[in-house]
Amino acid sequence: MDLALNYNYRVVKQFAIATVVWGIVGMLVGVVIAAQLAWPELNLDIPWLTYGRLRPLHTNAVIFAFGISGLFATSYYVVQRTCQVRLFSDKLAAFTFWGWQAVILSAVVTLPMGLTRGKEYAELEWPITLLIAVVWIAYATVFFGTLVKRKVQHIYVANWFFGSFIIAVTILHVVNGASMPATLTKSYSAYTGVQDAMIQWWYGHNAVGFILTAGYLGMVYYFIPKQAERPVYSYRLSIVHFWALIFTYMWAGPHHLHYTALPDWTQSLGMVFSLVLLAPSWGGMINGIMTLSGAWHKLRSDPILKFMIVSLSFYGMATFEGPMMSIKTVNALSHYTDWGIAHVHGGALGWVGFITMGSIYYLLPRLAGRQHMHSMRLVDVHFWVATIGVVLYIAAMWIAGVMQGLMWRAVNPDGTLTYTFVEGVKATYPYYVVRFLGGLLYLGGMCIMGYNTWMTLRNRATAKARIPVLAADPA
Amino acid sequence: MEALFLLIPLSVLLVFGALWLYFAAADGGQFDDLVGPALRILEDDDRAASDEALN
Repeated sequence: MDLALNYNYRVVKQFAIATVVWGIVGMLVGVVIAAQLAWPELNLDIPWLTYGRLRPLHTNAVIFAFGISGLFATSYYVVQRTCQVRLFSDKLAAFTFWGWQAVILSAVVTLPMGLTRGKEYAELEWPITLLIAVVWIAYATVFFGTLVKRKVQHIYVANWFFGSFIIAVTILHVVNGASMPATLTKSYSAYTGVQDAMIQWWYGHNAVGFILTAGYLGMVYYFIPKQAERPVYSYRLSIVHFWALIFTYMWAGPHHLHYTALPDWTQSLGMVFSLVLLAPSWGGMINGIMTLSGAWHKLRSDPILKFMIVSLSFYGMATFEGPMMSIKTVNALSHYTDWGIAHVHGGALGWVGFITMGSIYYLLPRLAGRQHMHSMRLVDVHFWVATIGVVLYIAAMWIAGVMQGLMWRAVNPDGTLTYTFVEGVKATYPYYVVRFLGGLLYLGGMCIMGYNTWMTLRNRATAKARIPVLAADPA
Repeated sequence: MEALFLLIPLSVLLVFGALWLYFAAADGGQFDDLVGPALRILEDDDRAASDEALN
């Protein structure tokens, strides 16, 4: 029998702090590489600082360090509070925290050294891959163990989203990580050629679907109702779109491989399921936004709610744009252009970033035993600075992307290409500058959050939150 | 397209796994009450006590 009196807020707080810190680091690296694209002299001829090595450091830092730390913090909080029990194992939870930091630090060291598997979002070499697997098994044990020992019979819907994220990452990581080590720092993928490409983008798109979508929908379904003080608009819809989402996502991967050596029928399958995916995605968006039904006025004065609702707007935009870009004819223009970058960053900055920020702003005061963040005005400033940053970023990349696509395919009457590739690069330059500015604003917002976090937490011990004693549980 | 020899059976297995999970949950009553759980999280008071003075 579990005799714990309080929830484990310690590991939640550790991960919340990590989220903010790695957010600043990851976005800083992003700003650096954005600057390098506009001003290549900033590569400084130093191998560890070249774009080619820093780009995966950026993607790994923002997805795995910032993003997944946020998912750890929120999933550990939500599973405890909705199940009304302390985490399954404090020791294992602590191991996931320190283990995950070790993974991140290994990335910070190895990626600038040029040690890479060459697979997008799966660059980290085999010893780190093994460490990730060990930490992940511990995470699954803590999360599902907590669900098993729950005192509330019903498993709140957010936990289904978190649970599917954890299970999916396990499968994806094992399958795409399969490799033959050659030396301590070099391995070869178990797959080759277009087979490897298919596995890679099955992995890549499911990473988007299960980490960057399902995981954050878990945040949506807990933190938005709590912050708005309104129940989820339709609990039934939350369950229906959950199952629809997890069934459909697995098939969308081929849309990354249109007009490549991947068989035509596989490409078509990916295209169709990507289009179908629009429905369950928008189900989630509608459910989250309509949760504010009767409480729209709160958006005027509550910046945390602004982050949360605007995140869903970007989610809706990205999950419309994605299916459109999965259409082969559209993809013929957009593939390899900066339109893909625009799409990713609308989703990453607008959706993932904002819902994480809103949820962490919700958590931090409670973890410090306070009613509010040190400064709600700074939360508002952060929101506006970041929003302007996102809009500048994606607008610049949209224009650049479509322009590139059109320039690359322009032909003269005699059938020769109108533009050389480098002319396209030159035409892109001003948009790289604007994008750098947008990213700089977004980073600035994150620094404001860092300051606000520091001021909120300093000199405050971690709050002790009593687990309620339940009478007979009706459900 | 040999990768599909892995991906398709894996996906089929996952679909069966998901179906099993869904029916196990439904049979266990997880989806019987679709109103209560949404309200119950709002009843859980996770606010801190009123702000103490800063140390």
